[in-house]
Amino acid sequence: MRFSIYRYNPECDSKPYMQDYELDIDPASMMLLDAILLIKEQDETLSVRRSCREGVCGSDGMNINGRNGLACVTPLSNLKQPITLRPLTGLPVIRDLIVDMSQFFEHYRSVQPYLINHDPEPEIERLQSPADRAKLDGLYECILCGCCTTACPSFWWNPNKFVGPAGLLQAYRFIADSRDQAVNERLDNLEDPYRLFRCHSIMNCVDVCPKELNPTQAIGKIKTLLVKRTV
Amino acid sequence: MVKRVVSGAHYGTRDWLMQRVTALIMAVFTLCMLGYWLWQPRLDYAAWRAWFQYFPVRLLGLLFVLSLLLHAWVGMRDIFMDYVHPTGLRLALHVLVIMLLVTYAAWAVQILWGVV
Repeated sequence: MRFSIYRYNPECDSKPYMQDYELDIDPASMMLLDAILLIKEQDETLSVRRSCREGVCGSDGMNINGRNGLACVTPLSNLKQPITLRPLTGLPVIRDLIVDMSQFFEHYRSVQPYLINHDPEPEIERLQSPADRAKLDGLYECILCGCCTTACPSFWWNPNKFVGPAGLLQAYRFIADSRDQAVNERLDNLEDPYRLFRCHSIMNCVDVCPKELNPTQAIGKIKTLLVKRTV
Repeated sequence: MVKRVVSGAHYGTRDWLMQRVTALIMAVFTLCMLGYWLWQPRLDYAAWRAWFQYFPVRLLGLLFVLSLLLHAWVGMRDIFMDYVHPTGLRLALHVLVIMLLVTYAAWAVQILWGVV
Protein backbone atom coordinates (compact mmCIF):
# COMPACT_ATOMS: atom_id res chain seq x y z
CA MET A 1 0.00 0.00 0.00
CA ARG A 2 1.22 3.45 -0.89
CA PHE A 3 1.20 6.42 1.49
CA SER A 4 2.10 10.06 1.05
CA ILE A 5 2.65 11.77 4.38
CA TYR A 6 3.18 15.43 5.29
CA ARG A 7 6.56 15.93 6.93
CA TYR A 8 7.75 19.05 8.68
CA ASN A 9 10.29 19.42 11.43
CA PRO A 10 10.68 23.15 12.11
CA GLU A 11 14.09 22.49 13.74
CA CYS A 12 15.69 21.35 10.47
CA ASP A 13 13.23 21.79 7.55
CA SER A 14 12.84 25.18 5.91
CA LYS A 15 9.43 24.15 4.59
CA PRO A 16 7.05 21.18 4.71
CA TYR A 17 7.25 18.38 2.13
CA MET A 18 5.37 15.16 1.31
CA GLN A 19 7.19 11.86 1.86
CA ASP A 20 6.17 8.57 0.21
CA TYR A 21 6.06 5.27 2.07
CA GLU A 22 5.18 1.73 1.00
CA LEU A 23 3.81 -1.06 3.16
CA ASP A 24 3.34 -4.69 2.13
CA ILE A 25 0.19 -5.41 4.16
CA ASP A 26 -3.32 -6.76 3.74
CA PRO A 27 -5.66 -3.82 4.42
CA ALA A 28 -8.57 -6.06 5.44
CA SER A 29 -9.59 -5.56 9.10
CA MET A 30 -6.83 -2.98 9.65
CA MET A 31 -7.30 0.60 10.70
CA LEU A 32 -5.26 3.48 9.33
CA LEU A 33 -3.53 3.97 12.67
CA ASP A 34 -2.17 0.39 12.52
CA ALA A 35 -0.54 1.24 9.19
CA ILE A 36 0.87 4.52 10.54
CA LEU A 37 2.45 2.64 13.44
CA LEU A 38 3.99 0.16 10.97
CA ILE A 39 5.38 3.11 8.98
CA LYS A 40 6.74 4.51 12.22
CA GLU A 41 8.66 1.24 12.69
CA GLN A 42 10.29 1.90 9.27
CA ASP A 43 10.93 5.56 10.01
CA GLU A 44 10.89 6.47 13.66
CA THR A 45 11.26 10.20 12.93
CA LEU A 46 7.59 10.31 11.81
CA SER A 47 5.66 12.08 14.57
CA VAL A 48 2.01 11.43 15.34
CA ARG A 49 -0.22 11.69 18.42
CA ARG A 50 -2.21 8.62 19.46
CA SER A 51 -3.33 7.03 22.66
CA CYS A 52 -6.42 4.86 23.05
CA ARG A 53 -6.45 3.59 19.40
CA GLU A 54 -10.24 3.13 19.54
CA GLY A 55 -11.81 6.53 18.87
CA VAL A 56 -12.22 7.62 22.49
CA CYS A 57 -9.26 9.85 23.29
CA GLY A 58 -9.41 12.01 20.15
CA SER A 59 -5.62 12.29 19.78
CA ASP A 60 -5.08 11.08 16.23
CA GLY A 61 -7.27 13.54 14.32
CA MET A 62 -5.68 14.20 10.92
CA ASN A 63 -6.52 15.04 7.35
CA ILE A 64 -6.94 11.72 5.52
CA ASN A 65 -7.20 11.97 1.72
CA GLY A 66 -8.47 15.53 2.12
CA ARG A 67 -10.99 14.78 4.87
CA ASN A 68 -10.54 15.17 8.61
CA GLY A 69 -10.97 12.02 10.68
CA LEU A 70 -9.52 9.80 13.37
CA ALA A 71 -6.87 7.41 12.02
CA CYS A 72 -7.76 4.76 14.61
CA VAL A 73 -11.37 4.35 13.44
CA THR A 74 -10.77 4.77 9.70
CA PRO A 75 -10.72 1.35 7.96
CA LEU A 76 -7.70 1.06 5.68
CA SER A 77 -9.60 -0.85 3.01
CA ASN A 78 -11.95 2.11 2.28
CA LEU A 79 -9.12 4.50 1.40
CA LYS A 80 -7.95 5.36 -2.10
CA GLN A 81 -4.22 5.02 -2.71
CA PRO A 82 -1.85 6.72 -2.32
CA ILE A 83 -3.29 7.50 1.09
CA THR A 84 -2.44 11.15 1.70
CA LEU A 85 -2.05 12.17 5.33
CA ARG A 86 -1.75 15.77 6.44
CA PRO A 87 -2.08 17.50 9.81
CA LEU A 88 -5.46 19.00 10.76
CA THR A 89 -6.06 22.13 8.68
CA GLY A 90 -5.92 25.62 10.12
CA LEU A 91 -3.81 25.01 13.23
CA PRO A 92 -0.05 25.62 13.54
CA VAL A 93 2.05 22.48 12.90
CA ILE A 94 4.37 21.47 15.73
CA ARG A 95 5.88 18.59 13.80
CA ASP A 96 4.65 16.25 11.00
CA LEU A 97 1.05 15.27 11.87
CA ILE A 98 1.05 17.00 15.26
CA VAL A 99 -0.68 20.37 15.50
CA ASP A 100 -0.78 22.97 18.26
CA MET A 101 -4.32 22.70 19.71
CA SER A 102 -3.94 25.72 22.08
CA GLN A 103 -6.32 27.93 20.11
CA PHE A 104 -8.90 25.13 19.95
CA PHE A 105 -8.82 24.57 23.73
CA GLU A 106 -8.79 28.31 24.37
CA HIS A 107 -12.19 28.51 22.67
CA TYR A 108 -13.37 25.42 24.54
CA ARG A 109 -12.37 27.06 27.83
CA SER A 110 -14.13 30.29 26.84
CA VAL A 111 -17.58 28.64 26.85
CA GLN A 112 -17.16 27.55 30.50
CA PRO A 113 -17.60 23.83 29.83
CA TYR A 114 -18.73 22.88 33.32
CA LEU A 115 -21.96 22.91 35.29
CA ILE A 116 -22.75 26.25 36.93
CA ASN A 117 -25.19 25.78 39.78
CA HIS A 118 -25.48 28.22 42.69
CA ASP A 119 -27.57 25.99 44.96
CA PRO A 120 -25.89 24.41 48.01
CA GLU A 121 -24.23 21.17 47.05
CA PRO A 122 -26.61 18.28 47.73
CA GLU A 123 -25.70 15.16 49.73
CA ILE A 124 -26.22 13.03 46.64
CA GLU A 125 -25.81 13.74 42.94
CA ARG A 126 -27.89 16.50 41.35
CA LEU A 127 -30.75 14.46 39.97
CA GLN A 128 -32.21 14.73 36.51
CA SER A 129 -35.32 13.19 34.97
CA PRO A 130 -34.65 10.65 32.21
CA ALA A 131 -36.26 13.08 29.75
CA ASP A 132 -33.90 15.91 30.79
CA ARG A 133 -30.94 13.55 30.65
CA ALA A 134 -31.95 12.53 27.11
CA LYS A 135 -31.51 16.17 26.02
CA LEU A 136 -27.76 15.73 26.46
CA ASP A 137 -27.57 12.83 24.01
CA GLY A 138 -25.69 13.80 20.90
CA LEU A 139 -23.87 16.54 22.84
CA TYR A 140 -21.91 14.93 25.66
CA GLU A 141 -20.23 12.35 23.40
CA CYS A 142 -17.82 14.90 21.90
CA ILE A 143 -14.19 13.82 22.46
CA LEU A 144 -12.66 17.17 21.40
CA CYS A 145 -10.56 15.67 18.62
CA GLY A 146 -10.82 18.94 16.68
CA CYS A 147 -11.79 17.32 13.36
CA CYS A 148 -14.92 19.51 13.00
CA THR A 149 -13.45 22.86 14.01
CA THR A 150 -10.43 22.44 11.73
CA ALA A 151 -12.74 21.49 8.83
CA CYS A 152 -14.70 24.74 9.22
CA PRO A 153 -13.80 27.60 6.81
CA SER A 154 -15.18 30.14 9.31
CA PHE A 155 -12.56 28.87 11.78
CA TRP A 156 -9.84 29.10 9.11
CA TRP A 157 -10.71 32.75 8.38
CA ASN A 158 -11.20 33.84 12.01
CA PRO A 159 -9.44 31.24 14.20
CA ASN A 160 -8.94 33.66 17.08
CA LYS A 161 -12.55 34.90 17.20
CA PHE A 162 -14.93 32.16 16.04
CA VAL A 163 -15.52 29.60 18.79
CA GLY A 164 -15.90 26.81 16.24
CA PRO A 165 -18.29 23.86 16.06
CA ALA A 166 -16.67 21.82 18.85
CA GLY A 167 -16.72 24.72 21.31
CA LEU A 168 -20.28 25.67 20.37
CA LEU A 169 -21.50 22.07 20.68
CA GLN A 170 -20.07 22.00 24.20
CA ALA A 171 -21.59 25.42 24.94
CA TYR A 172 -24.99 24.03 24.01
CA ARG A 173 -24.33 20.86 26.02
CA PHE A 174 -24.38 23.01 29.17
CA ILE A 175 -27.18 25.31 27.96
CA ALA A 176 -29.31 22.18 27.48
CA ASP A 177 -28.48 20.78 30.92
CA SER A 178 -31.47 21.07 33.29
CA ARG A 179 -29.08 21.34 36.25
CA ASP A 180 -27.28 24.40 34.90
CA GLN A 181 -28.34 27.84 36.17
CA ALA A 182 -26.32 30.11 33.90
CA VAL A 183 -28.19 29.89 30.60
CA ASN A 184 -28.47 33.66 30.22
CA GLU A 185 -24.82 34.28 31.03
CA ARG A 186 -23.89 31.56 28.54
CA LEU A 187 -26.04 33.17 25.84
CA ASP A 188 -24.51 36.59 26.64
CA ASN A 189 -21.09 35.02 26.24
CA LEU A 190 -21.96 33.62 22.80
CA GLU A 191 -24.07 36.43 21.32
CA ASP A 192 -21.45 37.94 19.10
CA PRO A 193 -21.05 38.36 15.33
CA TYR A 194 -17.71 36.54 15.54
CA ARG A 195 -17.97 34.05 18.39
CA LEU A 196 -21.25 32.48 17.21
CA PHE A 197 -22.55 34.11 14.05
CA ARG A 198 -19.54 33.28 11.86
CA CYS A 199 -21.31 29.91 11.49
CA HIS A 200 -23.01 29.94 8.10
CA SER A 201 -24.40 26.40 8.54
CA ILE A 202 -22.36 24.77 5.77
CA MET A 203 -22.21 21.57 7.87
CA ASN A 204 -18.59 20.56 7.22
CA CYS A 205 -18.54 19.77 10.94
CA VAL A 206 -21.40 17.29 10.64
CA ASP A 207 -19.77 15.76 7.58
CA VAL A 208 -16.46 14.94 9.29
CA CYS A 209 -17.38 14.26 12.94
CA PRO A 210 -15.99 10.79 13.77
CA LYS A 211 -18.60 10.43 16.54
CA GLU A 212 -21.42 11.34 14.13
CA LEU A 213 -22.53 14.33 16.18
CA ASN A 214 -24.33 17.37 14.78
CA PRO A 215 -22.74 20.68 15.86
CA THR A 216 -24.76 22.60 13.24
CA GLN A 217 -27.99 21.53 14.93
CA ALA A 218 -26.64 22.56 18.35
CA ILE A 219 -25.61 25.94 16.94
CA GLY A 220 -29.10 26.29 15.43
CA LYS A 221 -30.61 25.67 18.87
CA ILE A 222 -28.39 28.33 20.42
CA LYS A 223 -29.54 30.77 17.73
CA THR A 224 -33.17 29.83 18.38
CA LEU A 225 -32.74 30.57 22.10
CA LEU A 226 -31.15 33.93 21.26
CA VAL A 227 -34.08 34.76 18.99
CA LYS A 228 -36.53 33.72 21.73
CA ARG A 229 -35.03 36.12 24.23
CA THR A 230 -34.61 38.94 21.69
CA VAL A 231 -37.94 38.96 19.86
CA MET B 1 0.55 30.27 20.55
CA VAL B 2 -2.76 32.00 21.18
CA LYS B 3 -2.95 35.73 20.60
CA ARG B 4 -5.26 37.65 22.89
CA VAL B 5 -8.08 39.31 20.97
CA VAL B 6 -11.06 41.37 21.98
CA SER B 7 -14.43 39.85 21.13
CA GLY B 8 -17.92 39.92 22.59
CA ALA B 9 -19.80 42.66 20.77
CA HIS B 10 -23.14 41.29 22.08
CA TYR B 11 -25.12 41.66 18.90
CA GLY B 12 -25.77 39.57 15.83
CA THR B 13 -29.10 37.89 16.56
CA ARG B 14 -31.16 40.64 14.93
CA ASP B 15 -28.99 40.63 11.80
CA TRP B 16 -29.15 36.86 11.56
CA LEU B 17 -32.92 36.95 11.97
CA MET B 18 -33.27 39.83 9.52
CA GLN B 19 -31.35 37.87 6.88
CA ARG B 20 -33.82 34.98 7.23
CA VAL B 21 -36.98 37.11 7.35
CA THR B 22 -35.96 39.20 4.33
CA ALA B 23 -35.15 36.00 2.42
CA LEU B 24 -38.64 34.74 3.19
CA ILE B 25 -40.26 38.02 2.08
CA MET B 26 -38.29 37.93 -1.19
CA ALA B 27 -39.18 34.28 -1.82
CA VAL B 28 -42.91 34.88 -1.24
CA PHE B 29 -42.90 38.04 -3.38
CA THR B 30 -41.04 36.29 -6.21
CA LEU B 31 -43.45 33.35 -6.19
CA CYS B 32 -46.53 35.64 -6.16
CA MET B 33 -45.05 37.71 -8.97
CA LEU B 34 -44.26 34.61 -11.05
CA GLY B 35 -47.73 33.20 -10.37
CA TYR B 36 -49.41 36.45 -11.39
CA TRP B 37 -47.46 36.79 -14.63
CA LEU B 38 -47.93 33.15 -15.61
CA TRP B 39 -51.65 33.53 -14.99
CA GLN B 40 -51.82 36.75 -17.05
CA PRO B 41 -52.80 36.10 -20.68
CA ARG B 42 -50.87 39.09 -22.04
CA LEU B 43 -47.24 39.67 -21.16
CA ASP B 44 -46.11 42.96 -22.63
CA TYR B 45 -44.80 46.34 -21.55
CA ALA B 46 -48.26 47.93 -21.49
CA ALA B 47 -49.62 45.26 -19.10
CA TRP B 48 -46.51 45.54 -16.93
CA ARG B 49 -46.84 49.32 -16.78
CA ALA B 50 -50.57 49.13 -16.05
CA TRP B 51 -49.90 46.71 -13.23
CA PHE B 52 -47.44 49.04 -11.57
CA GLN B 53 -50.03 51.82 -11.63
CA TYR B 54 -51.63 50.12 -8.62
CA PHE B 55 -50.28 51.67 -5.43
CA PRO B 56 -50.18 48.35 -3.47
CA VAL B 57 -48.07 46.75 -6.22
CA ARG B 58 -45.58 49.60 -6.09
CA LEU B 59 -45.53 49.37 -2.30
CA LEU B 60 -44.90 45.62 -2.43
CA GLY B 61 -42.19 46.24 -5.02
CA LEU B 62 -40.54 48.70 -2.68
CA LEU B 63 -40.86 46.22 0.19
CA PHE B 64 -39.08 43.66 -1.97
CA VAL B 65 -36.28 46.07 -2.81
CA LEU B 66 -35.85 47.05 0.85
CA SER B 67 -35.73 43.36 1.84
CA LEU B 68 -33.13 42.78 -0.85
CA LEU B 69 -31.00 45.68 0.38
CA LEU B 70 -31.18 44.62 4.05
CA HIS B 71 -30.39 41.04 3.03
CA ALA B 72 -27.46 42.27 0.96
CA TRP B 73 -26.19 44.34 3.89
CA VAL B 74 -26.02 41.32 6.22
CA GLY B 75 -24.48 39.18 3.49
CA MET B 76 -21.88 41.74 2.45
CA ARG B 77 -20.93 42.40 6.06
CA ASP B 78 -20.52 38.64 6.55
CA ILE B 79 -18.20 38.46 3.55
CA PHE B 80 -16.09 41.35 4.87
CA MET B 81 -15.93 39.84 8.36
CA ASP B 82 -14.81 36.52 6.88
CA TYR B 83 -12.23 37.74 4.41
CA VAL B 84 -11.16 41.33 5.13
CA HIS B 85 -9.15 41.40 8.32
CA PRO B 86 -7.57 44.89 8.60
CA THR B 87 -10.16 46.74 10.73
CA GLY B 88 -9.75 50.10 8.96
CA LEU B 89 -10.29 48.58 5.53
CA ARG B 90 -13.29 46.60 6.78
CA LEU B 91 -14.87 49.72 8.25
CA ALA B 92 -14.29 51.60 4.98
CA LEU B 93 -15.93 48.79 3.02
CA HIS B 94 -18.89 48.74 5.45
CA VAL B 95 -19.40 52.49 4.94
CA LEU B 96 -19.07 52.12 1.17
CA VAL B 97 -21.67 49.34 1.04
CA ILE B 98 -24.10 51.26 3.28
CA MET B 99 -23.82 54.33 1.05
CA LEU B 100 -24.33 52.20 -2.06
CA LEU B 101 -27.38 50.44 -0.60
CA VAL B 102 -28.98 53.73 0.50
CA THR B 103 -28.40 55.08 -3.02
CA TYR B 104 -30.05 51.97 -4.47
CA ALA B 105 -33.04 52.45 -2.16
CA ALA B 106 -33.52 56.04 -3.37
CA TRP B 107 -33.04 54.91 -6.96
CA ALA B 108 -35.64 52.15 -6.54
CA VAL B 109 -38.19 54.68 -5.24
CA GLN B 110 -37.46 56.89 -8.24
CA ILE B 111 -37.94 53.97 -10.65
CA LEU B 112 -41.12 52.62 -9.03
CA TRP B 113 -42.80 56.02 -8.71
CA GLY B 114 -41.45 57.11 -12.08
CA VAL B 115 -43.87 54.70 -13.76
CA VAL B 116 -46.86 56.82 -12.76
